[in-house]
Amino acid sequence: MRTYVLAALMFLGSAVMTLAQTDSPVGPIQTVLQNHKETILKSSRKTIGPAIDAVVASKLPQARSMLNVWQSKNMWHHKPSGLFYQAQKAEGKIYRLLDLDTGDIVDEVDKSDLKQIKPNSGIRALIATALVRFQLEDPDPLIRAKGLTGIERAPDASLLKPLLASIDSETDPELKARKSRLAKLLTISFSDDGPARIAAIEALSGDLGLDVRGALNPLVSKVTKAFEGEIPSSLNVAQTRIPGRDEFTKAIAYQLLVDAGKAPAQITGDQIRVALGEHIDGGLVGGVPIVQLGDEDARIRAYSALATAGKVPPLVSDADIESTLSSFSFADIYAEPSPDVSKAAEAALSSISTRVSLSQTADLTLDALSLASIYFLAAIGLAITFGVMGVINMAHGEFIMMGAYTGYVVQQLIPNHTVSIIVAVPLAFAVTFAAGVALERLVIRWLYNRPLETLLATFGVSIALQQLAKNIFGTQARPLTAPEWLDGALVLNPVISISYIRIAIFVLALIFLGVFLYIMKRTRLGLETRAVTQNPQMAGAMGINPGRVNMLTFGLGSGIAGVAGVAIGLFAKVTSELGSDYIVQSFMTVVVGGVGNIWGTLAGATMIGFFQKGVEWMNPSNTLAAQTYMIIFIIIFIQFRPRGIIALKGRAAGD
Amino acid sequence: MQKSFVMRNPSTLVFLGALAMFTILVTVLAEGSGAGLISTSFVKTLGKTLCLALIAVAMDLVWGYTGILSLGHFAFFGLGGYMIGMWLMYERTRGIVEASLAEAKIPPTAQEVTDAIGNQIFGVVGSSEFPIIWSVADSLALQLALVVLVPGALAAAFGWLAFRSRVTGVYLSILTQAMTLALALYLFQNDSGLRGNNGLSGLQNLPGLDHVAQSTVSIWFFWASAFALALGYLFAAWMVSGKFGSVIRGIRDNEARVRFLGYPVETYKLFLFTVTAMIAGIAGALYYPQAGIINPAEVAPIASIYLAVWVAIGGRGRLYGAVIGAAFVSLVSSWFTGGQVPDVNLGFYTVKWVDWWLIVLGLSFVAVTLFAPKGIGGLFDLWSEHRSPNRHGADLGPSAGSLQEKEAVE
Amino acid sequence: MNSLLEVSGVSVSFDGFKAINNLSFAIRSAELRAIIGPNGAGKTTFMDIVTGKTKPDEGRIIWGDLSRSLLGMSEAKIAQAGIGRKFQKPTVFEDQTVEENLVMALKSKRSPFAALFYKRSPGDMRRVEELAGEINLADQLYRKAGELSHGQKQWLEIGMLLAQDPQLLLVDEPAAGMTPAEREHTTALLVEAAKTCAVVVVEHDMEFVRRLNCRVTVLHEGSVLAEGSLDHITANQEVIDVYLGR
Repeated sequence: MRTYVLAALMFLGSAVMTLAQTDSPVGPIQTVLQNHKETILKSSRKTIGPAIDAVVASKLPQARSMLNVWQSKNMWHHKPSGLFYQAQKAEGKIYRLLDLDTGDIVDEVDKSDLKQIKPNSGIRALIATALVRFQLEDPDPLIRAKGLTGIERAPDASLLKPLLASIDSETDPELKARKSRLAKLLTISFSDDGPARIAAIEALSGDLGLDVRGALNPLVSKVTKAFEGEIPSSLNVAQTRIPGRDEFTKAIAYQLLVDAGKAPAQITGDQIRVALGEHIDGGLVGGVPIVQLGDEDARIRAYSALATAGKVPPLVSDADIESTLSSFSFADIYAEPSPDVSKAAEAALSSISTRVSLSQTADLTLDALSLASIYFLAAIGLAITFGVMGVINMAHGEFIMMGAYTGYVVQQLIPNHTVSIIVAVPLAFAVTFAAGVALERLVIRWLYNRPLETLLATFGVSIALQQLAKNIFGTQARPLTAPEWLDGALVLNPVISISYIRIAIFVLALIFLGVFLYIMKRTRLGLETRAVTQNPQMAGAMGINPGRVNMLTFGLGSGIAGVAGVAIGLFAKVTSELGSDYIVQSFMTVVVGGVGNIWGTLAGATMIGFFQKGVEWMNPSNTLAAQTYMIIFIIIFIQFRPRGIIALKGRAAGD
Repeated sequence: MQKSFVMRNPSTLVFLGALAMFTILVTVLAEGSGAGLISTSFVKTLGKTLCLALIAVAMDLVWGYTGILSLGHFAFFGLGGYMIGMWLMYERTRGIVEASLAEAKIPPTAQEVTDAIGNQIFGVVGSSEFPIIWSVADSLALQLALVVLVPGALAAAFGWLAFRSRVTGVYLSILTQAMTLALALYLFQNDSGLRGNNGLSGLQNLPGLDHVAQSTVSIWFFWASAFALALGYLFAAWMVSGKFGSVIRGIRDNEARVRFLGYPVETYKLFLFTVTAMIAGIAGALYYPQAGIINPAEVAPIASIYLAVWVAIGGRGRLYGAVIGAAFVSLVSSWFTGGQVPDVNLGFYTVKWVDWWLIVLGLSFVAVTLFAPKGIGGLFDLWSEHRSPNRHGADLGPSAGSLQEKEAVE
Repeated sequence: MNSLLEVSGVSVSFDGFKAINNLSFAIRSAELRAIIGPNGAGKTTFMDIVTGKTKPDEGRIIWGDLSRSLLGMSEAKIAQAGIGRKFQKPTVFEDQTVEENLVMALKSKRSPFAALFYKRSPGDMRRVEELAGEINLADQLYRKAGELSHGQKQWLEIGMLLAQDPQLLLVDEPAAGMTPAEREHTTALLVEAAKTCAVVVVEHDMEFVRRLNCRVTVLHEGSVLAEGSLDHITANQEVIDVYLGR
């Protein structure tokens, strides 16, 4: 046994040696080419098929590079030997010949001995298809995936066959699923096999991918056509239309006939005016004095007179339209000839659209949730300063802005985005905490019990801070870039996706809620804050320093606004107006939720977020309208729950 | 003790006299009618200032006297401007369109004229149809009526909702602010029917009066503004002088007490809110033809807050204070932001007033609130030695049922 | 019994706490009545309910000859129907003169237009001067109310109540913070007022109540504990236990 193997090896080895030694080596691919020499030289799209197939069928490793050479018009025919080579220009008219099997330089010859094989575009496309097949069957899964991506980008009828052929041999389960899905898509779009298409359509009817809808939509596209007499039964009729019924008005029906050249166009008012202008005859048009032509009826009279005289095309009256329409029948015709296919496609699309709307609802809910967490984030600082302390701080929005700008400045100093965010959050807290304490000490302290004056004074601070930011940072928006790991989105299916930044903000909102609850319910500061808020004199008598507590609480609320500013800056542009964009909504959130109760703020933010997203969904093009309706809704909501969603009752509410 | 109205309100007479003198002085010095020492644009600025003073008087009625800090009165001002702007723009465009169509060989039909006007006006927002709200834009009388009715109706609807549910204090302020924000956002839309953020423009040109120079028109509007201010001031002074004034000041100081005296507090508030909205509408209708353009930014919440600033700086609770505040702050503002004030070179930094004015204004506003709650008007007290009792006591105790020291919430 | 105000079965609770518990109470016209009771007995809440400030959870409140229900009427409407209320703390309009305060309170049409076109008639002015005399403020008519002493403010407020020409006066601790001389005058005022209208006085000071010399109702935990003359009340063991004895 071993002897035979050895003998065989020796034989092979000697054969290779022989090949190398001879001057005219004939490699395996060359052999294939030689077998189809005539068709290759003829270079016709119609006949070339077997030649390419043979190359592919040989399954030789060098077949692919050979096809590439062929496709790029680098294959030449060496007339004296009758062999095919890849040729490169060496010098002047001298060309270097490269063996198609080995890629070695075998000879240098004069150009006159060579003939370039110039495949036309049809042949090149066939070669490309063949190449795709190689790609799809490449041992490297990355290359196979790349091939699939290429097909997804530019689907073509010719790719279906190689794709189908490659499915069985696929080993990677993920790629296999992708291949069979893609094959179904191509089947739907390009196959001639009716049952196979229907099967593919049904198989994909639960798929939410945009490409599926893209493949199905042409199958159900239809045009309204007019027919004289009966509708030919050969056509795939979606529905017959009767002029004047539903949205298919008589005007639309008639216009259809006009466009098809089957009826004269109606004369428009503009055309009448122009025609009248062209036929002025000594102050008269069609016997009507010009001065009277400022009237619709007079114009018609004049035009009719002109038409009777044959100078202008006659008016098309309603009766004319009626009688023309009566001699035609109308129907919506599918572009797809097979009724079964279009029916299956309709069914698949409707089941997809149900699933899409379900998914959209889920997506909308996520969107609303993330908007709600943004509002909550913007409002939570206010829930402390306004909700707990009862201080109206119109500069709260500017604290948010300060936080965002702190993030921006830190990012200028620390290029690493992750590190800079980690530094920016506590720094923003510190900066706005300090600003809050300063504001409380310098202004608000003097105005407790005078809420309206607090409102106005802090408004003064707000415009000053806004202008200061403008003077320092300019009016253009500054970017605050999120770290890379927050890029991208969590994709649950083609419809439902949520960006990681939004998830991060949601988590941050939860953390803030936790921190707030902890501070208010579990810490000394929280206890003292609640005491001071309810009765400052009494708290003072108990040894609490109300001034200090107020200062710290206000600082805390402001600091949280600063951190919120960093978060908001990550997805919104950082400008000096950042804060004022949020301030009214934030107050609304607190008021709607019920002052003095963090759960109320949460409920308020949720309600406002969901409401706004809901309105946007009904009228997606118009976010301005959504905000308008939201505010009107809030004003009306306050009617029914003047103290907010979660209201304090009885004596505690100061009734 | 029946004294005549003027006797009880000597300041009204002084104010009207000063206003009359000012008006005559400006007329004499103006470019269009006299010595030419005051440029037309400055006459317009002065005229606009008088309109701002008028809305400040309205604001003082609402806030200074009744204690409702409305942060939405510029919405009514803007609506008044929009209402008159619609007529001005429609009529002027009609004039232009008719002139151009007259050149055509065939006389235009009424529909063609309307379409052409629509095209001209709404082309910028990609439309040519007349929205329904423009249906009476061709009638000056109706549109003038709308100057009063539209702000009045909005104020009545909003006020009815807000006062009925007993929203007071800062909540009401925030709600009014939300109202004007909602209006601004609505007007910013292209399909609002009022040309989106382009607003209405060319309002300084009076239809059919193209031959009259702007210098003359500016004097007309200046007089009209002065006249409106005088009437508005008189009306406001009359309102606050009698029992009505007593009641609204009572509402400001102790709403519950007024209620237990049997006065329907909500009706009073609604009445006052609506009437002042109408005054604001009139002020706006006079202001914007002098400004020449109105757009939704004019009704943004910030404008109404500035209004409160003027009244606070001038001194609320006295009508002349509101006028002084509006005139002083808006004139100083336009002086600073107009770039006429020389920059201050500190060596290491040059203070450009265009950039720093708002900061100065913001901080001076804080200072006024903290140190001079009576505003500029308080200076007159020093002069007349007139003092009011110090009412700012602390909370007398937590007992419910008895009233807390509500005076603090004015 | 022909009662002016009849409260029956009224209850109200705040967050589970029953401030008023099945309270029934009646008062005849031109009757003087004192209400006493420990803190939290529901005295002030009772006034809040009658004047429309607080809506009861259940029960009926019937008012006047026409037997109208006061439930669902606004505070202003109830006040116009003839119920005047004096708060525990003096609440007068301090920025306005005594005269203005009284004119505002005078019985007249209450609508904005009526107020706008109101002209001071000689009759009204006579009434104002008369009231000012009654409350010892005749020479203070043109002073701002804020400049008055505490006791004078209390009187002014009582004067304002009288100016309303009410059928029922609810007076919350009128004598708090007054000098003995001022108390005496206050007592006289209330006794005088009770000749023309019903007066209900809430008071802690037993001495003051004794001087009023009228029927006394004791409230405890939101309902009536006892009712009768002061001597009768002070002899009641239950009342001594919950209130007087402490």
